[in-house]
Amino acid sequence: MSNTVFKGGVHPDYHKEMTDSMAVTEMKVPERVIIPLQQHIGAPCEPLEAIVVGVPVKKGQKIGESSGFVSAPIHASISGIVTAIGPYSHPLGRPVQAITIESDGEDLWDDQVKPAGELEKLKPEEIRKIVREAGIVGLGGATFPAHVKLSPPADKKIDIVIINGAECEPYLTADHRVMLEKPEEIVFGLKVMIKALGAEKGVIGIEDNKDDAIRVMEQIISEEENISVIRLHTKYPQGAEKMLIQVATGRKVPAGGLPLDIGVVNHNVGTAVAITNALREGKPLIERVLTVTGAGVNRPANLLVRVGTLVSEVLESCGGLKDTTQKLIIGGPMMGLAQPSPDVPVIKGTSGILALTDQDVYLAESSPCIRCAKCVDACPVQLLPTAIAQAAEHELFKQAEKLHAADCFECGCCSYVCPSKILLTQWIRIAKAEIIKAKKR
Amino acid sequence: MLILYAIATLGLIGLLFGLFLAIVARVFTVETDPRVEAVKEVLPNVNCGACGYAGCVNFAEAVVHGETASNGCIPGGKDTAKAVAEVLGQEVTEHTPLVATLFCIGDYGKTADRFIYEGIEDCAVAGDFNGGFKACSYGCLGLGNCVRACPFEVIRIGLHGLPVIDREKCSGCGLCAKACPRLLIKILPLSDDGHLVFCSSQDRGKTVSKACKVGCIACKACVKVCPQEAIVMEDNLAVIDLAKCNDCGECVLKCPANTIHKRSAIPSEGAALAAIAEEVVSETA
Repeated sequence: MSNTVFKGGVHPDYHKEMTDSMAVTEMKVPERVIIPLQQHIGAPCEPLEAIVVGVPVKKGQKIGESSGFVSAPIHASISGIVTAIGPYSHPLGRPVQAITIESDGEDLWDDQVKPAGELEKLKPEEIRKIVREAGIVGLGGATFPAHVKLSPPADKKIDIVIINGAECEPYLTADHRVMLEKPEEIVFGLKVMIKALGAEKGVIGIEDNKDDAIRVMEQIISEEENISVIRLHTKYPQGAEKMLIQVATGRKVPAGGLPLDIGVVNHNVGTAVAITNALREGKPLIERVLTVTGAGVNRPANLLVRVGTLVSEVLESCGGLKDTTQKLIIGGPMMGLAQPSPDVPVIKGTSGILALTDQDVYLAESSPCIRCAKCVDACPVQLLPTAIAQAAEHELFKQAEKLHAADCFECGCCSYVCPSKILLTQWIRIAKAEIIKAKKR
Repeated sequence: MLILYAIATLGLIGLLFGLFLAIVARVFTVETDPRVEAVKEVLPNVNCGACGYAGCVNFAEAVVHGETASNGCIPGGKDTAKAVAEVLGQEVTEHTPLVATLFCIGDYGKTADRFIYEGIEDCAVAGDFNGGFKACSYGCLGLGNCVRACPFEVIRIGLHGLPVIDREKCSGCGLCAKACPRLLIKILPLSDDGHLVFCSSQDRGKTVSKACKVGCIACKACVKVCPQEAIVMEDNLAVIDLAKCNDCGECVLKCPANTIHKRSAIPSEGAALAAIAEEVVSETA
């Protein structure tokens, strides 16, 4: 039991008590889903040739595909008829091509959805193909295609697979509930990953504020030789890939590098369950568990929701929003994205819907930096947020690059601690975008 | 006696240094064109960069070497062009004064905000987030990129939420037009003549009328009524050709959205605020 901690980070109020004792319930099948063709990091999908307006589709049928390697196909999440293909608002802020499906009320599976066979008989390449075809992406929120993380380059030996059950974002309890309710699926998913990567051992990291989950997981792995559970110190951003790897293995991901470089691969608990479902039942990723929470929600809940369901409908199924709601966030309060309207679809990476009231939020005016260096102390990757933000403000993006702005993973700790309320994370995001733009040129 | 020695020694040293400097100045002399200095003298010397050169000295060099025309200094206007031409002994070329013009009149009273934006105060950043906080995704966000770009400080954000350009003082250098991420500022010849459609929305009429009270809804009424045939539709937007417009004002009368105005009568900040106040009064009454 390692209890080492990473440097930096913050201790926000967790507010998990609103939903952490609520079992996951299945939301009723929506009448209509709007499925964006980009729900992952990487190349966006194109609608398949056969998918045009008026065509009937079955649940689990592939409707979008991309030829790029870093990409994941998109599947229909209900059975019904395609009624529109066109741009629709997206949680990430820019409209994206989306396929609208009106339900036929039958909710039938596609014929293609069938079990893949015994794990023992599958080769690593076959596992990767199944994971890719099922459209599985990292469900922690970053939505990196899962098969890519299962395909390390030949010269890199992976020995440890980490399952991320830290769930360090305040408010969110979806991963917590998945660990309590589907521990066996998580362990099976982990075994699949170990086999696909030829790894030696698996580690499941859980923050120590989820004691019941740690006990459940420890019990289920008591028979397994190469799998262990690590009790993590509760601190934000413990669930960030680099932090978790550092604490769980003692290895440090080099600046600008990937976990692959140090022989580690890291997947979310939800991703493990999705991989299990894809292997055992052939089910593609068409639904996910998310937490609907916050003081603005009338009936907070952990819900199993079909991809493409409108956030407004999800909120309605939870009794709607209170009048005092001020801010709607998709994801958690630290890294989630504020939404101007609930008229956006749930995507594969939507881990939560958070409604904050006028008690929770206030409009703060930024004032000049007082050089207190609180952001420097809080930064878990040891950057100088205030220096990068100032460089970005003055459009000195070369300087921002020299200050390793690209290593920021936007956890938001700096903005959280800043007494001057400077929008540090936002400025760093701008610097990152400009650095990437300059590299492409 | 001692003091005489000191004076003599120092005097000798001074003389030697003086001689040394005089020789060095002769041997290592740098040829400069005195005209460059003369041209620089008559330029505004704000180093705004509107001419396309890094600063006033570089522009002066370019003019002297014949690389650019003597009226290349935009903010200097007619007087500077004349002075530069005189220094160089050239003929004074015709100079049309220019002015920055904002193609959006959707102030607080005319359009609503879709949500409260609390991010970085920069038009490009705000506009990138969900198409901007304004109901119209083409309209001016009023966060002042143009204000920060103006080297002459003739633009400010008015109380009605739109930039106010001082037409008298604007030099037409065009830096604000380059700074506007939504390309709402155009540089036009300074004149009171001609009418313009003060809208940049390329949305369809239905979307525009929902978003803004004074947006061009592409109804084509002005195109049909114009006796000069000076108005054409481009991307759901009426565009008036200033060369053809003879200020008859027919289009202003026809425009259902009140988007077209004479250039000398662009809706002012005061008028916008008065309209907002009137609305508040009528709502409370």
